[in-house]
Amino acid sequence: MDNVQVSNEQHLAMYEEMLLARRIDERMWLLNRAGSIPFVVSGQGQEVMQVAASFALDKEVDYILPYYRDLAVVLHFGMTTRDIFLMAYGKAEDPNSGGRQMPNHFGQKKNRIVTQSSPVTTQVPHAAGIALAAKMEGKSLVSFATMGEGSTNQGDFHEGLNFAGVHKLPAIFMVENNKYAISVPLSKQVACENIADRAIGYGMPGIKVDGNDPVAVYQAVKEARDRALNGDGPTLIEAESYRLTPHSSDDDDMTYRTKEEVDYEKSIDGLLQYRKKLMEEGILTEDKEREMEEKLKQEINEATDYAEKAASPDPKTLQDFVYSEEGF
Amino acid sequence: MAVLNYIQAITKALKEEMERDEKVFILGEDVGPRGGVFRATDGLYEQFGEARVLDTPLAESAIAGVGIGAAMYGMKPVAEMQFADFILPAVNQIMSEAARIRYRSNNDWDCPITIRAPYGGGVHGGLYHSQSIEAIFANQPGLKIVMPSSPYDVKGLLKASIRDQDPVLFLEHKRAYRLLKEEVPEEDYTIPIGKAAVKREGSDVTVITYGLCVHFAKQAAEKLEQEGISTEILDLRTVYPLDQEAIIKAASKTGKVLLVTEDNKEGSIIGEVAAIISEHCLFDLDAPIKRLGAPEVPAMPFASKLEKEMLMNSDKIETAIRDLAEF
Ligand SMILES: Cc1ncc(C[n+]2csc(CCOP(=O)(O)OP(=O)(O)O)c2C)c(N)n1
Ligand SMILES: [Mg+2]
Repeated sequence: MDNVQVSNEQHLAMYEEMLLARRIDERMWLLNRAGSIPFVVSGQGQEVMQVAASFALDKEVDYILPYYRDLAVVLHFGMTTRDIFLMAYGKAEDPNSGGRQMPNHFGQKKNRIVTQSSPVTTQVPHAAGIALAAKMEGKSLVSFATMGEGSTNQGDFHEGLNFAGVHKLPAIFMVENNKYAISVPLSKQVACENIADRAIGYGMPGIKVDGNDPVAVYQAVKEARDRALNGDGPTLIEAESYRLTPHSSDDDDMTYRTKEEVDYEKSIDGLLQYRKKLMEEGILTEDKEREMEEKLKQEINEATDYAEKAASPDPKTLQDFVYSEEGF
Repeated sequence: MAVLNYIQAITKALKEEMERDEKVFILGEDVGPRGGVFRATDGLYEQFGEARVLDTPLAESAIAGVGIGAAMYGMKPVAEMQFADFILPAVNQIMSEAARIRYRSNNDWDCPITIRAPYGGGVHGGLYHSQSIEAIFANQPGLKIVMPSSPYDVKGLLKASIRDQDPVLFLEHKRAYRLLKEEVPEEDYTIPIGKAAVKREGSDVTVITYGLCVHFAKQAAEKLEQEGISTEILDLRTVYPLDQEAIIKAASKTGKVLLVTEDNKEGSIIGEVAAIISEHCLFDLDAPIKRLGAPEVPAMPFASKLEKEMLMNSDKIETAIRDLAEF
């Protein structure tokens, strides 16, 4: 297929969303190290694929089932910077869970961000179920589920993809291959060469892309979406990059990988590469960049302040919403 | 009014709910043209078509998980586990997902799925086609577990489960499928989930039980009536969460309580019932609470004599009631 066209405005918009996710993430680490928030789990190194994939979806109709690193995806789908900080502080106004879940267990019904749990890969059969329901109702939309490469070893990955394949469902499964599952490297997770190779067992195309190449990711997801809406069924996409931070704020990655390796990966960080390319092509300028950084900084400062001061959940609400208050 | 057996009442409830609400659909193994291995979905594929009576791949976590996804979208899925014994691969989906979706999203999302599963022994099913699995799920707030004891209850409770806004595990005793028959009204009715029902009024001994054991308790009570022993029977109907008020009332009424389950006694539903009674009814009790359940073996053996030895029956209940009455 021909390369898709991405306009200069789109490039800038994508870059800005990647940058927002990165700057929020960096702020989270500062807040964590300062003792203000108890936990951080990062998407640093995966912003390019997350934003590029999001741009290929329709945020007005599609359902997303993101995993904990998908900050950039949920921001694209309408969660605000303020929402993200309310989540990090576990405040009552947090739209994801009202402070009930750990950070990055995303969910917001109005934006079709499907609520997530901690056991990995349970969202994969849900994505099939949502695609099945949409198909039954004749709706033109897709479900989009993401997960890490280690998570593709779970039974639910197999069961969910097989179901989606058998019933030719409008679903897209994108594996964000960041080379590690906590400390365990890819070579000890799977015996096949590519995660994308698994697709053949489910009767769907398996596409491997460079997760640091925004146009390649955008094109792969766009084609997968077209296929899904055409009734041609689901697609498995493997987007490759690298986890630039430790697994979480509770991890010490120097116990299983070297500083040299991480430094090298930081030097080829997809976000930096994209910036360089946009600068070279004159799409991004120093002025535009400064303006962007200022704007994002202000947005993040305001969100941090708001969230810090916001009310915590009332202990009296502990037992709310176990069941529907309406009965049936 | 037609006389229906237990499984016909299931089919009827499913059919009526699918006619009433087009968001209701069925998914499971062999539920389509085959009509289910027990024929619970008999005729539904013909009436409603492939899209609403969906044969799934042989994968229980997907049956639950796909149903959960559809429920979050706004459908009313009825997922069938072919045997309750094979629900175990789906436990993560049922507990970590279905039961927690409303709570973890602070009421933003919900998961109105019904999961039907045939349980119970007495059908020469051996270890893996005979088990009672309710206790595994009976400490998961967010989930409801319904276990009907008769065709009338089946129709009303299954309709209520399908219409419920939260996930319901609907457990059907497979020996009851063709054993129990009664008149079932043609018209639409529901029975409230979370409420127990007094199935027999009595004054000497209270039996609290659920599922097929209600039938055995009734048989025992009828026999004992001729000896002048009067038995009250409370059918839990919903085994999680329990109807505490009804349990306390029934236990206090006679002061002598027999709790019966087909499940292994230790860690079963009736242990929780006993705890409720001991917390609330100490001064109303005239005898120690008596529990009757299966011995602590892993699951039911195949050979008839072993199976019979393990199973609950009306004789065992009769003896226990008599002992309590004489206490
Ligand atoms: C079922 C389950 N087992 C273990 C964990 C603990 N855990 C959380 S993340 C993780 C590694 C996941 O690796 P991968 O799928 O590659 O995603 P990544 O974190 O690298 O993005 C593990 C083992 C979990 N959350 N769920
Ligand atoms: Mg990984």
